Amino acid sequence: MRKLRVVIAKPGLDGHDRGAKVIARALRDAGMEVIYTGLRQTPEQIVSAALQEDADVIGLSILSGAHNHIAPRLMQLLREKGMEDVLVLIGGIIPDVDIPGLKALGIKGIFPPGTSMQEIVDFIHAHVRSEHTPAGEGA
Amino acid sequence: MAPATTEKAARARSFTTLSGHPVKALYTGADVSDVGPEDPGQFPYTRGIHASGYQGKLWTMRQFAGFGTPEDTNQRYRQLLNAGGTGLSVAFDLPTLMGRDPDHPLALGEVGKCGVSIATLADMERLFDGIALGEVTTSMTINSPAAIIFAMYLVVAEKQQADWARLSGTVQNDILKEFIAQKEYIYPPRPSMRLITDMFAFCTTHVPRWNTISVSGYHIREAGATALQELAFTLRDGIEYVQWGADAGLAVDDFVPRMSFFFNAHSDFFEEIAKYRAARRLWARVMRDRFGATSERSWKLRFHSQTAGVSLTAQQPYNNVVRTALQALSAVLGGTNSLHTNSLDEALALPTEHAATLALRTQQIIAMESGVTEVVDPFGGSYFVERLTQDLADGALAYFDQIDAMGGMVAAIEQGFPQREIAESAYRFQQAVERGEKIIVGVNDFVEEHEPPVETLYVDESAAAHQMERLQHVKSTRDARAVDTSLETLRRAAAGHTNLLPPLLDAVRAYATLGEMCDALRSVWGEYEETPTI
Repeated sequence: MRKLRVVIAKPGLDGHDRGAKVIARALRDAGMEVIYTGLRQTPEQIVSAALQEDADVIGLSILSGAHNHIAPRLMQLLREKGMEDVLVLIGGIIPDVDIPGLKALGIKGIFPPGTSMQEIVDFIHAHVRSEHTPAGEGA
Repeated sequence: MAPATTEKAARARSFTTLSGHPVKALYTGADVSDVGPEDPGQFPYTRGIHASGYQGKLWTMRQFAGFGTPEDTNQRYRQLLNAGGTGLSVAFDLPTLMGRDPDHPLALGEVGKCGVSIATLADMERLFDGIALGEVTTSMTINSPAAIIFAMYLVVAEKQQADWARLSGTVQNDILKEFIAQKEYIYPPRPSMRLITDMFAFCTTHVPRWNTISVSGYHIREAGATALQELAFTLRDGIEYVQWGADAGLAVDDFVPRMSFFFNAHSDFFEEIAKYRAARRLWARVMRDRFGATSERSWKLRFHSQTAGVSLTAQQPYNNVVRTALQALSAVLGGTNSLHTNSLDEALALPTEHAATLALRTQQIIAMESGVTEVVDPFGGSYFVERLTQDLADGALAYFDQIDAMGGMVAAIEQGFPQREIAESAYRFQQAVERGEKIIVGVNDFVEEHEPPVETLYVDESAAAHQMERLQHVKSTRDARAVDTSLETLRRAAAGHTNLLPPLLDAVRAYATLGEMCDALRSVWGEYEETPTI
């Protein structure tokens, strides 16, 4: 059984990558295969990385307030490529009023500041497409 | 939370500082036998750069603010000045920080979100409308395009008929910590360093009261560094700038007195006080002994501080007022020269006007009611604080040696050294939180299930449309030939070795946009891309 594959990406112009890097390491330590795209990735670049890496999960780190522009474009691209089954998560600073809109787009998990790493690991195991063995149990 | 976890965490916590530095239960005279007596206002200034501490002059209460259009931010500045703020501090939006105009595809969704949007001189004129630049001091948090934004400020002053020689303020202009921590860089490190030494040279002659750089540990700490790493990397960055300035032919005592520093005020009370004291001691010694500076003004480290944004929690946000007050108190007891206190709602959004005022009031209560300003360096002679001060200074010197051996800070950055050190510390801290070894009240202990929401500021999309409209208007009314000529002159200067400020000032006066000026420099120097690592 292969490991869960996760693309962690930082879209937009913001460079504050502490959260993205910490969660990338936490998911790797939890037995997942993590691909970190680096900074300032467009939705096109992120989807292309996810396709190329056969990702099960895309995790976006957004702190700047640009989520309402980035998320719709990303979800549209996933639909166009037939990748609707990829689990998409956002971590960062997302105002409460924006959360219903993001959920309606198909973003499954939104994680505000203070979320524990274990909570995100558990969420991924509970929601990722089911044909994979949970990380840590496959090897 | 299981009670057992809390018990264990409290025991572990008592053995180290927040940064993991071991501490004993008791310090005595035996712990400070290697620390001699020092006086405030005297070399090496551990106890402060002023003999009279805050008795003479309080710190500057400088609240960082900016959002939306220049008009929105101008209104916030007037409110802060009316509320007793004593200096302005400009936050720019991400497109401005990254040298992109509001109509650039990469600016989509970012215009006016995290700060004010500035594309041309016309925006800068509105930002400072009704504010006399000869009378206020202004700090501008801008790095890669710092010289361009500074040129805009000078031209606004020119239009207000304010004498450049009287202007006072700071541009952050610290590109090294961008490569290390905050990652808002445009050009590769070496041409970026030239922009900074050009600023040193230009201001020494033309704007002598301006602080040309604010060498910043704030962002290094926010990215996850320990107090020691913040201290060491920031001062080593300072050394790098002095070295590059000297290598560019400047006399150290001509430009170093206008360098200032910017530190984080984090949560470990004594460690932070020791950090500021160690910073002053280190800088004085390095300037005198490594660079042969003879002016006392080169030896004296002046610094701004800001409470730790990363320590703020989205949970139970009113707790943040208490955190911020304690952090601010440590900065004051450490002798900060200016201070920004964060607002309680900043883990959620940019601050509301109410929250920003409360943050300023926090400083005023410390200044006016607590009595801590009456005595100079009240922790001087404390066995514990003196020991910690010297330990931090020693630790920083060891980092200096390591970075010197790599060929300096630019070379160390190119090798990814400070970046890796910080990422490692950030991950270790998060693991300690996960294990309950470090308690964050309201987050991993003392959690409340149902919290009432707090009011937050919502920056909508209207700023983008407004800014794009103004940009179009400026472009259609300016002299296009004058813009082209000024940009061509700028490109030639970038390819050569003359100071870049004169051609930038001419391009600003012609209403060239920030994006156009940055593109001119990009066309000569290229853009920097880091190798992503985790």
